[in-house]
Amino acid sequence: MAKPKPRVRVPRKPVPKGEVITVKTLISHPMESGQRKDKKGNVIPRKIINRFEATYNGELVFAMDLHPAISANPYIAFNLRVDEAGELAFKWVDDDGSVYTKKAKIKVAS
Amino acid sequence: MSKTRWGVVFVAAIAVAGLATAVSATEHEQWPVPGYKSVQPQEGNPLPELISGYWFRTAEVRALQDDDFENPGFLWVERGEELWNTKDGEANKSCADCHGAAEESMKGVGASYPKWFEPLGKPVNLEQRINICRENNQKAKPWKWESEELLAMTTYIKYQSRGMPMNIDISGPMKEWWERGKKEYYQRRGQLDMSCANCHEGYYGHKIRADTLSQGQINGFPTYRLKWQKIGSLHRRFRGCNKQIRATPNPYGDDEYIALEVYLAWRGMGLPVETPAVRQ
Amino acid sequence: MQTRIGRRRLLFGTGGVVAGLGLAGLAGGSARADAAAVEAKIKEIVGDRTVQEGRITLDAPEIAENGNTVPVSVSVDSPMTADDHVQRVHVFADGNPRPDVCTFHFTPKNGEAWASTRIRLAKTQKVYALAEMSDGSVYLTSREVKVTIGGCGG
Repeated sequence: MAKPKPRVRVPRKPVPKGEVITVKTLISHPMESGQRKDKKGNVIPRKIINRFEATYNGELVFAMDLHPAISANPYIAFNLRVDEAGELAFKWVDDDGSVYTKKAKIKVAS
Repeated sequence: MSKTRWGVVFVAAIAVAGLATAVSATEHEQWPVPGYKSVQPQEGNPLPELISGYWFRTAEVRALQDDDFENPGFLWVERGEELWNTKDGEANKSCADCHGAAEESMKGVGASYPKWFEPLGKPVNLEQRINICRENNQKAKPWKWESEELLAMTTYIKYQSRGMPMNIDISGPMKEWWERGKKEYYQRRGQLDMSCANCHEGYYGHKIRADTLSQGQINGFPTYRLKWQKIGSLHRRFRGCNKQIRATPNPYGDDEYIALEVYLAWRGMGLPVETPAVRQ
Repeated sequence: MQTRIGRRRLLFGTGGVVAGLGLAGLAGGSARADAAAVEAKIKEIVGDRTVQEGRITLDAPEIAENGNTVPVSVSVDSPMTADDHVQRVHVFADGNPRPDVCTFHFTPKNGEAWASTRIRLAKTQKVYALAEMSDGSVYLTSREVKVTIGGCGG
């Protein structure tokens, strides 16, 4: 993909307070490992997403350090206990310093 | 099973053996997997039943396809949707400007390709049809084969037919291309002297080294292949197959590949479109 | 099975971490050429702490049809409270060019210590998951994933 595209999935329906939900994320990225060579035998430089962070209402709730052994188009899923309604903010950090972001709202059942 | 056929597969198995270790199939493995679904073939189809490549894959690979979020092919579906709505070319028109919502206008379209295209006097596949539209109507440059754009648009359009049966028309002038494709299907080629039929008609469900041979159905293309780590076209797969049997691959969009695509689309008539499928 | 338990005992017995993995590396042949590297990584994180078994589960297919995309999940048995939770789970592989795969950072907000991703495995090898708990204890598990090399699909 020309520019990495994030996708995230959280429950659309309001979540009962205190329930643990699963948050799934996917981003298009080749995760070039730095271990491959091109047709001329030159090493293709490493370019991966090396860090993922998720905050909920501004508080860091989950993070991941990624190495070249993570597959292309990284898929990351984790759990979140929903104590209050709010907004999840996701951040993917590229080797070249680029940051890709996405947000998702969580509603709480009254 | 004639002696010759066994010989061919055996030789091939040795020929493609690399340095890495092969893993033998565990005892409980059955291919296609228990509970698989198949479709009755139409008259004249040499296969006793039509089985999607999906049923020849492990539970983990099938799970990747089953969930529209976890299926990485949807990254290309979404990119295709963006491109559908993006103005391009000297005409400054988007696909949507003429065709409206793809969910309606493109429904069933992908399932019916390749299709006869009178101005060229030959059938074209979906990739070629997209580029014809770009040149003629958008006055835009055609996209390159296997470019992100052409893969995304082809995937997006084919996806509008997901779940619909493959339904190609081989009447009239298409018959000749069907005949040609059939001839190619059974034509041995390459240093391994193998035809498509050797593996995909004679030995589907069997192992070639650690890999399970499928019927070579094309209902999932463009397909996200784990090996490629991205979506790829049917012609990329043809080229890969050709290389594996040590034959010179044809160029993308070559007439011979179009004829083979016509024949394979017919061989899979009735199978549901699975684009974007996930394969090993 | 018997062998594996035996090796674990060797590994996690008193002060046997380094010596134990060194042996495993010798015995395992080429598929575990990097076991020593994984050992060093684990040692670096663990320091003087005692590595324990249990509490952590690593889910991965027994056989992966292609090593480019192998789904793996980790889960740790933990109440995930402010006082008692999992801080990190490190994933390593001993047959890749480098031992590091990823590190998951958890917080009590996760409710359940579970995470899932997809990894690359260059060949049949052992995958390790090391959990660091908030009380300083560390738990290790591992499992072998067979990576098939296809006839044409591989």
